[in-house]
Amino acid sequence: MPGIIEADDLTKTYSDTAAVSHVRFSVKKGEIFGFLGPNGAGKTTTMRMIACVSPRTSGTLAVFGMDPDTNPAEIKQRIGVVPQESNLDPDFTCAGNLRTYARYFDIPAAEAEKRTENLLAFVALTEKRDVSIDKLSGGMKRRLILARALINNPDLLILDEPTIGLDPQARHLIWERLRLLQAQGNTIVLTTHYLDEAARLCDRLVIMDNGTFLVEGKPADLVRDQVGSEIVEMDNTPDVVACLTEMGIPYETIGDQVQVATGASRELAKTLLDRCKTSRVSTRPATLEDVFLKLTGRNLRE
Amino acid sequence: MTSIFSLPQVSKRAIKVWRRNLDVFLKTWKVNFFPPFIEALLYLTAIGLGIGTYVGVIDGIPYVMYIAPAILAISVMNSAFFECTYGSYVRMYYQKSFDAIIATPLSIEDVIAGELLWGATRSVISVTIMLPVLVAFGVISLPFSLLAIPLAFLAGLMFAGLAMCFTAITPSIDTLNYPSFLFITPMMLFSGTFFPLSVLPLVIQYIALAIFPLTHLVALMRMATLPSAGPLLALNLIWILAATVIFCVISINLMRRRLIV
Repeated sequence: MPGIIEADDLTKTYSDTAAVSHVRFSVKKGEIFGFLGPNGAGKTTTMRMIACVSPRTSGTLAVFGMDPDTNPAEIKQRIGVVPQESNLDPDFTCAGNLRTYARYFDIPAAEAEKRTENLLAFVALTEKRDVSIDKLSGGMKRRLILARALINNPDLLILDEPTIGLDPQARHLIWERLRLLQAQGNTIVLTTHYLDEAARLCDRLVIMDNGTFLVEGKPADLVRDQVGSEIVEMDNTPDVVACLTEMGIPYETIGDQVQVATGASRELAKTLLDRCKTSRVSTRPATLEDVFLKLTGRNLRE
Repeated sequence: MTSIFSLPQVSKRAIKVWRRNLDVFLKTWKVNFFPPFIEALLYLTAIGLGIGTYVGVIDGIPYVMYIAPAILAISVMNSAFFECTYGSYVRMYYQKSFDAIIATPLSIEDVIAGELLWGATRSVISVTIMLPVLVAFGVISLPFSLLAIPLAFLAGLMFAGLAMCFTAITPSIDTLNYPSFLFITPMMLFSGTFFPLSVLPLVIQYIALAIFPLTHLVALMRMATLPSAGPLLALNLIWILAATVIFCVISINLMRRRLIV
């Protein structure tokens, strides 16, 4: 069965730079699919092509089996978009934003009214229904944008950094709601810089850099395949480095720390404590963040 | 790359954008209804009665009746022009409303068409508020003056399209001041509004007829309010019809070029 989104050789070029370069992916019905990568990797551009607001330069792209170039309105009727920047309408209240948005989808007024109330309750904003947008906190705006994206009961949700700048309470609320939506059969595509969020939410994800995919897979598989299951950390001293080199153990130095990826951290920690002159050895499970930094490097991006 | 003259595909969903703007307008209707009313009063009193005392008659018409249609025409121009420059720019750039709307089944063509229709509607609203004032002063004649309303829509659409062209190419909101001061203000003064074009050097008369849309609107408005058919009726009407189509088409294509990347 073909996926909700099928992209092959998908490319987007701005004047002479390739923002997205020959990527191929397929998003299945009911899954949460993540796009990860440093700033400028091409995540948002990919999302904008899926959302039919940015035409592709070449390659093929099908959403619900339709081409965004030829059937944008039909596709957009069935998707909900949470953009990175808030673009709520400041001329309306919370409820007014949802009602106005409902009209763009041809939802009859009575039905729009019902959905508005339900969605305000869904994102815990019922008390703010008649409050204007500029009186809302960042977290409330984010929640309202999620509610707005759901006004047309979308089959596919496109979220560009849905929890950016939110406090932990609001993030957890959004995660919980996204899980609920997935349970109801929604397909969700998202980008995020929070790797714990990606690990927690995504069924599958890709890590992008410079417009191409570096890896694709399930979060746990990626961690295991790319880094190993655990990380041993020690202070970065000449003794420790000399000792590791002597034993032929591959390591990475990050600032004042030395990291060794391993599948057997307890044994390695014991060996290192016995044989290297180190005051501190700590072990922790490897995370998606280790994969991300390994693949995309530690240099700061624009 | 499509040409800026290619015919844009606009669907009837454009009405939803028009409706959004109307909803916002009606929320603050008390504030919005006042300016055209006051504007008509001020112009009539200061220029019509004040200056009119010295001018007397122009072309055999009492001065206050001569400028009454110009007040309507200027209001048509200003309403649509400022709505589709500063108003549309704020919605596009600061409020990101266009981005939000094109995430729904509406296309950018629908959004801009809705904005243009709204600009024309602002002109109609202004004229409709001004008409009773002018009737009360007895400076326009009924029922022919009611033609000012459909005329306001047509010419409003023309000025909305013209404004949207500037909005589509302006680097920032500040640079929208250039068309306002270098084009709209001179046009307000040199389009046969407060004095006949015929007193100006011939070359300026030709320039006004060639590139000032307001010249043609003032002429048509004057024909409606006096009422008396002018010598250039056909030219005036065709000029406005053609300019409306051209400005609207170009503005939608330029906006698409600016926003769809």
